[in-house]
Amino acid sequence: MLLTVFHETRYHYSQAQRRISQSHRLYPTECNSQRVLSWNVSVQGGEFGEYFYDSAGDRIRTMSLAEPSDAIEIQVNGEIETTCTNGVMQCPRDVISPLAYLRTTPVTAPDEALNELACRSTAAHAENKLDQAHALSHAVREAINYTPGATNPSSSASEALVQGAGVCQDHAHCLISSARLCGIPARYVVGYLHTDANMQSHDSSHAWAELYIENLGWVGFDATNQCCPDERYIRIGSGLDAQAAAPVRGIAHGAGGETMHTRVTIDGNQQ
Amino acid sequence: MTQPKFFNEMYAGGKVREQYADILRWLEGTGPAFIVDKQREAEALFHQIGITFQVYGEKDAGERLIPFDIVPRIFTNLEWSTLERGVKQRAQALNAFLWDVYHRGDFIRAGKVPAHLIYQNTAYEPAVVGVSPAQGVFSHIVGSDLVRTGLDEFYVLEDNCRTPSGVSYMLENREIMMRLFPQLFQSNHIRPVDDYPDHLRRTLISVAPPRCEGVPAVVILTPGTFNSAYYEHTFLADEMGVELVEGRDLFVRGDFVYMRTTRGPKKVDVIYRRIDDSFIDPLCFNPDSMIGVPGLMNVYRTGGVQICSAPGAGIADDKAVYTYVPEMIRFYLGEEPVLKNVPTWRCSEADDLKYVLEHLGELVVKEVHGSGGYGMLVGSASTRAEIENYRQRILADPHDFIAQPTLALSTSPTYVDSGLAPRHVDLRPYCLLGSQIHLCPGALTRVALKEGSLVVNSSQGGGVKDTWVLA
Repeated sequence: MLLTVFHETRYHYSQAQRRISQSHRLYPTECNSQRVLSWNVSVQGGEFGEYFYDSAGDRIRTMSLAEPSDAIEIQVNGEIETTCTNGVMQCPRDVISPLAYLRTTPVTAPDEALNELACRSTAAHAENKLDQAHALSHAVREAINYTPGATNPSSSASEALVQGAGVCQDHAHCLISSARLCGIPARYVVGYLHTDANMQSHDSSHAWAELYIENLGWVGFDATNQCCPDERYIRIGSGLDAQAAAPVRGIAHGAGGETMHTRVTIDGNQQ
Repeated sequence: MTQPKFFNEMYAGGKVREQYADILRWLEGTGPAFIVDKQREAEALFHQIGITFQVYGEKDAGERLIPFDIVPRIFTNLEWSTLERGVKQRAQALNAFLWDVYHRGDFIRAGKVPAHLIYQNTAYEPAVVGVSPAQGVFSHIVGSDLVRTGLDEFYVLEDNCRTPSGVSYMLENREIMMRLFPQLFQSNHIRPVDDYPDHLRRTLISVAPPRCEGVPAVVILTPGTFNSAYYEHTFLADEMGVELVEGRDLFVRGDFVYMRTTRGPKKVDVIYRRIDDSFIDPLCFNPDSMIGVPGLMNVYRTGGVQICSAPGAGIADDKAVYTYVPEMIRFYLGEEPVLKNVPTWRCSEADDLKYVLEHLGELVVKEVHGSGGYGMLVGSASTRAEIENYRQRILADPHDFIAQPTLALSTSPTYVDSGLAPRHVDLRPYCLLGSQIHLCPGALTRVALKEGSLVVNSSQGGGVKDTWVLA
């Protein structure tokens, strides 16, 4: 599938900031399910460092604004060709041991309820990790209704499960947390999802989870949409949780508040 | 093992050891009044220099002097050469291990250490995986803590691969001793330690990143004046003639790190950081850190700056990983360890935990991620209530604890109120690794001033001594 991406993020500060520094993870993963035709990330007045690949194969670079500023606008324009790999993600630059994704983080910390969900849903699949992964993904979606606004960006897996409501970030966090409880390495993935007209309209910026299955490698599970990523998905990067995988991590020096707006459009052409 | 029969560094087989003969003669020929005077003078000098430290967890404690004992601890050249081989061997193996776990992980693949102990360890830093620092060195200053239990028996208690502190005391102790007792430095041939800052500077310069052109600019990055080791940061900066900076003095632009100066930005090539990993870059680690440099890790990972020691170096001095160091030495260097490890029980393992809980009264129990002597239990010196409290802490999270037997730490004659008396000591030498490996012929000897106490940490009431290595 040929997908055209336009992704704009605007930050506004109530007062001009002395120095703004950001780390960008805004370039598609060089993996088996996608091929970049063109990709451009720009920031007015921004100065960029060189791209490098982190240990999971994500392309990262630094952006800084030397001049005081009260706004930044990041624009991503790209064209990418995607194919369906049934969720199996292979990236030659992904060199870190999958076992590093068994550790927990504050927002993915397990609790009684997550443990109960993990045990209950995988009980019938003791032998097969792939079946366990599907069962977990299903159980998470059952337990948490898709409800925009029910949680906030810093909500934990545990909090979302108690509420029984959340968004894709919460589904991914819960799936990651419960997978790790089952001894399955799991990570948070950020990217884009092309939704056609008759699908329920989700935000095109999307998040899902990848679980490491012996003999298959990393396999994507989108609990929100109850599927594995296919040609509608564009993969950008990953991390232990949403914070670690954030497409933009930034800091601004100065007083006052920050507001952020994003606009994403993904246009698709079936080939 | 816990019998109060301790090796006294000054004696062997009832006789005064050769290297102590001169100092003993001198002490005996000197009146107590004179020694008390000198002790006071030493204190005044320390005050004058401003060398103090803060004790964490004590309200209104403010700054304090570390008590200085005027009786030096003395090693012969022969004794030292064995220690030197052992410490260097260990520092090299630890660095080989760091390279390995951040690359192929052969040690883990070979089944020498359980994978989870490394990859699920919070000290293992995913952001450093694949990074290849100059000279292959991750930990440029290794400060292993040693104790002695017999004439030829040394044990390594723990390794410090991140930012071992205390080297300023080693240097100041020597300075003070030379001022107070110049005659002792004429009658004894003592190897100098005052070139340590120069060796440190050369070590740091030798690991400048590949993208550095010209003479590398070195800085020391400090968390600030509130840090307990701030004195040492200023001291080393002065001695090396490099800038002492805080996070706010540095910024990232493009592919490099710059320092703000009155003459505009100046590129920085090597950062000797005395800040913990988690605070060093809010864009990579703790996003709330106010004392780090945003974007520093990205520059590091593209070879624009060297960070000493490397973030993630803490995986090598993790107390749970410690037990595998002798195996690292065999695996990476193909040698037998010169220095022994203390037998260690890991509370994460059921059998070990059972043993530890049954023997709390005779063991030393430590937090896996603790340091500075905080939060440890010395069973033999604790009340029943303290032991019971600690038992509950272990049970709450066994993974957090390791235990070791109470070692019969050697004693060194120390000047206390009642005169010369044996007090327990340990030893922290400082090993530098860059294009070359260098062990300073001297060390920080810490002494437990309380009679019978085995805890030498300054934060727990320990003092320091000058440490001589005879030529």
